[in-house]
Amino acid sequence: MTEYETHDFDVVIIGAGGAGLRAAIEARSMGLRTALVCKSLLGKAHTVMAEGGAAAALGNVHPEDNWKVHFRDTMRGGKMLNNWRMAQLHAQESPDRVRELEDWGALFDRTEDGLILQRDFGGHRYARLAHIGDRTGLELIRTLQQKAVADGIEVFMEVKVLRLLRDADGVVSGVVGYWRPTGEFVTFTAKAVVLATGGIGRSWTYTTNSWESTGDGVAMALWAGADLIDMECVQFHPTGMVWPLSVRGLLVTEAVRGDGGVLRNSEGKRFMFDYIPPMFAAETAQTEEEGDRWYDDHSAGQRPPELLPRDEVARSINSEVKAGRGSPHGGVFLDIASRRSAEDIRRRLPSMYHQFKELAGVDITAEPMEIGPTCHYAMGGIRVEADTTATTVAGLFAAGEVAGGMHGANRLGGNSLSDLLVFGRRAGVGAAEFASSRTGKVSVDEGQIAAAVDAAIAPFLRENGENPYDIQHDLQATMQSLVGIIRTGSELDEAIGKLDELEERATRVSLSGGQQYNPGWNLTTDLPSMLTVSRCTTLGAINRKESRGGHTRDDFPKPVAELGLVNFVQRVATDAGSDGVVGTPSIRSISATPEPVPVMPDDLKALFEEAP
Amino acid sequence: MADETVHDNAGGEVTMRLWRGDPSGGEFADYVMPSVEGEVVLDVIHRVQATEAPDLACRWNCKAGKCGSCSAEINGRPSLMCMTRMDTLPPGETVTVAPMRSFPILRDLVTDVSYNYEVAKRIPPFSPRDKTADEREAGGYRMQQIDVERSQEFRKCIECFLCQDVCHVIRDHEENKTAYAGPRFFARSAELEMHPLDTNDRRELLQQEQGLGKCNITKCCTEVCPEHIKITDNAIIPLKERVVDASYDPVAWLGRKIRKRRKLTPAEAAASSPAAGPPAVQPPLAVEGIPQPVSADDAPR
Repeated sequence: MTEYETHDFDVVIIGAGGAGLRAAIEARSMGLRTALVCKSLLGKAHTVMAEGGAAAALGNVHPEDNWKVHFRDTMRGGKMLNNWRMAQLHAQESPDRVRELEDWGALFDRTEDGLILQRDFGGHRYARLAHIGDRTGLELIRTLQQKAVADGIEVFMEVKVLRLLRDADGVVSGVVGYWRPTGEFVTFTAKAVVLATGGIGRSWTYTTNSWESTGDGVAMALWAGADLIDMECVQFHPTGMVWPLSVRGLLVTEAVRGDGGVLRNSEGKRFMFDYIPPMFAAETAQTEEEGDRWYDDHSAGQRPPELLPRDEVARSINSEVKAGRGSPHGGVFLDIASRRSAEDIRRRLPSMYHQFKELAGVDITAEPMEIGPTCHYAMGGIRVEADTTATTVAGLFAAGEVAGGMHGANRLGGNSLSDLLVFGRRAGVGAAEFASSRTGKVSVDEGQIAAAVDAAIAPFLRENGENPYDIQHDLQATMQSLVGIIRTGSELDEAIGKLDELEERATRVSLSGGQQYNPGWNLTTDLPSMLTVSRCTTLGAINRKESRGGHTRDDFPKPVAELGLVNFVQRVATDAGSDGVVGTPSIRSISATPEPVPVMPDDLKALFEEAP
Repeated sequence: MADETVHDNAGGEVTMRLWRGDPSGGEFADYVMPSVEGEVVLDVIHRVQATEAPDLACRWNCKAGKCGSCSAEINGRPSLMCMTRMDTLPPGETVTVAPMRSFPILRDLVTDVSYNYEVAKRIPPFSPRDKTADEREAGGYRMQQIDVERSQEFRKCIECFLCQDVCHVIRDHEENKTAYAGPRFFARSAELEMHPLDTNDRRELLQQEQGLGKCNITKCCTEVCPEHIKITDNAIIPLKERVVDASYDPVAWLGRKIRKRRKLTPAEAAASSPAAGPPAVQPPLAVEGIPQPVSADDAPR
């Protein structure tokens, strides 16, 4: 048995993006011994890439805004598949969570009278996004990081977590992983574990996500017996860079459209007016003149269709490109240059200016950007209890992108940063309370640790096997082409066949070099997560025979009312044992069961009967 | 640094000379890769990993210039690998990529940057003034845009630590690290000192323990900053002025003697910092004893 070091804590949080940091701050403030374990250096997590802002009904720009409007926007944006209680808590608590950041040193842009400035975004009735230019995520993570350091929270950087550990009663009792710099194994025992590992986008070729977004938390929770929901609901952000190829998929913030940017096809037409769905017709401008008036005065007209929810905009762009009206590199044009002064653009969108200038040689104050849809966000994830973020496995909590339910079938821009603040804090409380009430010594199963360690080092013992980079490449190509923005039954079935092959290949990886900072090995240990979440997404997509939000089926192009009332819940039989597929519990045994979406109480239902 | 000259070498080949090694030593190795239009240095490194050297160590995250992970020295210049386009480098010439020289090598292009996280812990944290009655009513602090912009410039910092790497107070002078915070953390202190709400006073600490006086404003840090933060002009020089004001202005000195101090003293400020608490960073190698940075003779250039 390989040696490993052990650390003992009350609460262990996996992931140091916004949700993990916020959970750690809360658990620590409640007096618990808290550890933060992250796969990269502190402050580098994917939250850093969030650009546009954090949505919260502060009412600083439009005093008529309040949590009920935000709640309603969120539910409609999610095509009513959301967990209503999560959406309610999120809308109610996000203003306090944003203001609290200011008490910790964040410096948001200001209104004329000195309060936090808010900007318009798709699907939000009022200007609602607290922001700092177009680098809000950086401000958020740095503020939380500095607060965590000031509070003396222990951080374990560059640790890859392999598996959750459970005691004899099935309660989560810790995790096992390895230090990436040394390759040495490490375990953490804990009375409660919070998963805050973020998204799954790395399994697609063109994604806004960093290398870390391999779905580790979703996969580990599933392997440990937790329920997942809505895994088919993956958001393709409408505006990613398309050229040069090396940066294809890189995020272009929605703030470009919130601040006046418009979409045009190769004929120069503002095509979004052709794609206004009935659900949003009453609150969307019918002419360019009306839409343009709205930017200056929201009471003078309805919002332009460029600010429809992301799923609508992404599908419309896809249709234009398919109809042969795309840009030279297979996207469409996003034009802010003709809408705002160069000075305005550089002040409001400094990162975008910088990004296009340095990576594409394009001056966005003078020319339009070429953009197209890119894999961005997993609405689905671990099923949690809204108030506590408890998963269906005792001792395990989840917050942020790794958790499902909050955003339904489609997330509104700006709601992710507020989500991770609201539910990060709630996860900290939930885990701390669970840990405080847990009695008896926390025990870990040596057998579980040995199994994880053995599976991790097995590739070093093989020769002439598969190259992990090839498997990753082929997985990404499979998901991009067969489980992308538009799906169809036959292609999804084909994807399952390909995933079977890829899983089999992943058991044959062989590695060279040592365990110290070996990216080939690191990738090899990420592959089980990537393969697992890819299978879950594909299975969910096969089951949901309709189009809703981020899930679009060519063969079932319309929403089906009955399917809007169910979540597809996925789980494995944990006692099924390993079937040899990448050393994890049998992911071939995943079941996808329709279960009713929680029913909203009447007072909240009434909000949807009022005029838009 | 996509500046003036852009060279199209697509269809050709490029030789990447990459440093391979660990704390015990190493050497440069050449990898010949096909040229692809529009690529950045990090793309080519990734292709080397995927084809010839799967164990080539390289730290990166966002590949968009936003996280500051992929810092290295490209043809001798401290740069982000993800923001350095291949077509801005001299065509036909070998591209040399070495790890940052001011930090101990972990493996290949990856260095141990824990020094920076340790310095961060020693900076007295943000400590805001109380809200006024009006602000409690409004639900948040009132600050004018013009007043937050000075600190916002420093909060653009992505912590790539290139400024720390290039700073010759610690580059090749490991002994200075114990008493020198470096440009990144002078900017952090400047950000807090200029924050409209902060009440801590870090001036004496900066002078006596963080070596502000050692900086002789050569502006190398400003030159390499990928966020174009004017570290020297807007952070370090104003801090030096503030420290001088606090130390040598006789009126201010007298004022301090006779007036009850509203701000925390540096000692109090330091005591309120978490340095005495549990360690916030635990890089594994720190436990095992990281070898000192390689000497100038065998260091990668």
